[in-house]
Order: sequence, then C-alpha cells, then structure tokens
Amino acid sequence: MRYSIFSLIRQAASHHQHWPLAWRSPPPKKHYDTVIIGGGGHGLATAYYLAKEHGMTNIAVLEKGWLGGGNTGRNTTIVRSNYHLEPNAHFYEFSLKLWERLSQELNFNVMYSARGVLNLVHSPADLDAAMRRGNAMRLNGIDAKFMSRDEIAAWIPNLDCSPAARFPILGGLLQPRGGTVRHDAVAWGYARAADALGVDIIQQCEVTGIRIDGGAVTGVDTTQGAIATSKIGIAVAGHSGHVAAMAGITLPIESHVLQAMVSEPVKPILDTVVTSGAVHFYVSQSDKGELVMGGDLDFYNSYAQRGNLPIVEHVVAACLALFPSFGRLRLLRTWGGIMDMTMDGSPIIGKLPVAGLYMTGGWCYGGFKATPASGFLHAHTIAHDAPHPLNAAFTLERFAQGRMIDEKGAGPYAWAH
Amino acid sequence: MMLIPCPWCGPRNQIEFTYGGDATVQRPDIDAPDTAWFRYVYLRDNPRGPHDELWLHSAGCRTWFKVRRDTRTHDILASALIDEALPAGAP
Repeated sequence: MRYSIFSLIRQAASHHQHWPLAWRSPPPKKHYDTVIIGGGGHGLATAYYLAKEHGMTNIAVLEKGWLGGGNTGRNTTIVRSNYHLEPNAHFYEFSLKLWERLSQELNFNVMYSARGVLNLVHSPADLDAAMRRGNAMRLNGIDAKFMSRDEIAAWIPNLDCSPAARFPILGGLLQPRGGTVRHDAVAWGYARAADALGVDIIQQCEVTGIRIDGGAVTGVDTTQGAIATSKIGIAVAGHSGHVAAMAGITLPIESHVLQAMVSEPVKPILDTVVTSGAVHFYVSQSDKGELVMGGDLDFYNSYAQRGNLPIVEHVVAACLALFPSFGRLRLLRTWGGIMDMTMDGSPIIGKLPVAGLYMTGGWCYGGFKATPASGFLHAHTIAHDAPHPLNAAFTLERFAQGRMIDEKGAGPYAWAH
Repeated sequence: MMLIPCPWCGPRNQIEFTYGGDATVQRPDIDAPDTAWFRYVYLRDNPRGPHDELWLHSAGCRTWFKVRRDTRTHDILASALIDEALPAGAP
C-alpha cells in the first residue's frame, strides 16, 4: 500500500485497524542469489538498491535480532557531509543528497530536518582548521559557511558565547544542509521498500558460519538452517571482524563502545546541531524534546553495548560548559553502541579476498549519515563485482598499500579517530 | 565503572588509566618483509571475549602493564607486569 493523505483518511475511517504489515516475515528459502548479513540500515539499504537499481530480487537480509536494533537505533541521528579529504567529501555528499529525497524515494517519512550542523571554534588553531576544511568543502561543491561569534550568539541564545566561558567561542563552521533524520524510520522505510520489491527479510536468524569452496562463497550457516548463495554482503558494523573471521579474514578494525544519552524532554530550546571538537561534545534536540548528546569513545575494546560513567560525566560537563542553562535538566537515559573502529578512521566498502564476499563496515563514529550511500555503493559493488568510483578508495587493501584515508591524521590507533 | 588492578598500586578507578591496545601483537624484526609490518601495524584479532591488552597507569605510578579483560562484559580477569606473562589459558 502506498502511504499518502488518502490512505491515511481511508484507514482513519476504520479506526486504523486494517493497516497492512509494512513487510512480510517469510521463512528462509534454501537458495538466494545474494544474502545480506545484517538487518540494520546499511544491510536493508543494500538489499533495496540491489533490487531497485540492479534488478536482483532473489535476496535475503538475515538479522540476528530485530531490524534496526543495533547501531541504526543507537546513533544520535545526525547527517552531514562536512569532510575535508576528497574520498570522504564526495562519498558523504552523495549520501546527503540521497537523504534529501529519501522520504519521497521510499514513500516513508524519514523526517530529514536540515537544521544545520555547527562545529564550534575555540582557538586560533581551531579557526585555521575550520577555514581550511570549509574552503575544501566549498571547492568540492558542499555548502559551508563561517559564522562569527556574534552571529552564533544571536542564533543560539542558550550557548555561552561570553569571553568568560570555560572554552571561549571564536566562531563556528556551519553546514546548513546538515541536520537530523529519524533513525528508526530509516530501517523501517528501507525494509518496507525492499520487501515490496521482493526481498525476504528474515529476523531472529544469526549467521554462524560462511561456507567457502575453492576460494568462493557457497552459502551461510544460520540458526534457521543452511542457505546456499554465491554472493554475500556483510553489513554488521560493530561486529565486522567477528563475521569476517568466519571467512578466515582478519580486518584492520577494533570494536569499541560509543555512548550517547538523552535528557528528559522539554519544549523547543535548540533548533540546530551544535558540536565542539575541543570539548568532545555534540548536542541536538529530538522531535520528542529530548536533548540528544554524545562525546568520545570509552577508549577500550568492547562488545558490551554499554559504557562506563566517566564518559557520561565528561559529556555532561562539556554540555554545561557550553550550555549552562541545561544544568537543571535530568538525564533520562544513556546507552552504548559498538563501533567498528578502523585504523585510519574511514570505512571499508568493497570486495573481500574471497570470491563473492563483500562488506560495508568500519564506520567508526560515522555510520548513520552514510546509510543511503553505503547501501547504494555496496549494492553496486556486489552487482558488478567491482566498486563504484565513489567507493573505489574505501578498499580493504588500502592499508597494505599505504593509501590511508586518515581525516584526523591520528595514525594507526583505532580508538584515536 | 571499571576497577583496574595495577600490579604496583593495586585496584584503582579506571579514570587513572590510559588504554594502550592489544598486548599480543609482536614487533617484527627491522628487516622483516612489508607484509609482517602491515600485520603488526594494522591487523588485530579483535576478540569477542577475553582480550589481553596494555594499560598505562598514567595518573599513578606511570607503569605500562598487561590486563586480560572480557570485551563482552568488561570483567577484568587478570593483570601482570609488562615483562611477565598473564596466566596461561584463554586467549
């Protein structure tokens, strides 16, 4: 059923009792042309674009838990493309362009809100870096605008822009088209659209092994039985190393926990996304009214999906240094998600050294905003057995070849990116 | 909150420590082939379970030491001085 004002009125007449399910839950078949491991945004988007762009419809998406129950439902919903290096800039800008029309594409309201993403500048060195990145963005056709301290103070009255602030604000780099997207809707929208094109979405189905014969994949073992296939796409960021190990592959990735948290909901108080690299903090307000906040990794390997209190304290302290008036709010909830942290801070979207095996992963902090482009390019790579120009640089081989894409210049320390 | 057992100072709050990564990687010989250096610099086993790792007691005695910690639960299983072996067994 196509969602529209007319379907809404029709269903209202029967008290919303007869909405069809948004996707089927079929039992797995014995064979698929392509199996996607991971039913988060990236896996579902991959399946959707395989079906839509490449006409492949005999596809299964296997999810060990429930759709969007991993990092798709744990991120802070921010989308942006304010990157400096060429491969990242073009990739994330492609993604942002897909976000801008995703609700129409999927016939599902993902609530893209171009409320802007503002990176605060606190020192002359910050200022130089922001100007350099802003100029690089504009040369790459991406919107960037430098804002003075006075402009920011007039726009965001709650932000402490006084010279007496703990970290005085000198200005900020704004990407006006950046903003937020409702994360759960992304999983549901891609799932519904993929299902409508014939993709089988199978939840509660964990992959336990990858079958390889003669250097090529032949199928997967799952908790719901064996499934034969000649192409497998891995989209399980956080656990990419665990799944790749089933095919005997070691990745340049460590898994780390990243925490996020929300305050109790309040009336509209902040209409943009504010970030500060100097104090390791970012905040936006959800449509429900909660202030959504995050900061750094916990800085140790973890698969626990929960972190420890020192980072929560750090994030809250940074919040109050920037927004003293938020001090009376109570923290409602904190949680953690597991990040694939690569050794250069950039993702891996491409072929793996087993025929028919592909991955999109290594997303570090940045997986959510990449979801549409990741799915689109992963699908292209699977369908053509070769990368698209936009993901040609994001290979696994770049680490052995010395072609790192190290946006932060942090070197081969996974947790430093 | 993790209570990390420094071999010199005893159990201390995690905020006194800095993480140093996987303790099992071995630095190759200076004339080893590039592939050996690639594995050393970039590849990690990244286990889901017990993980032998380096920690620095940066706000304490400033000793680098080894910790075996379960990455699924954050439970600390053992610690040892840098030139001592962690107990045999997993991993």
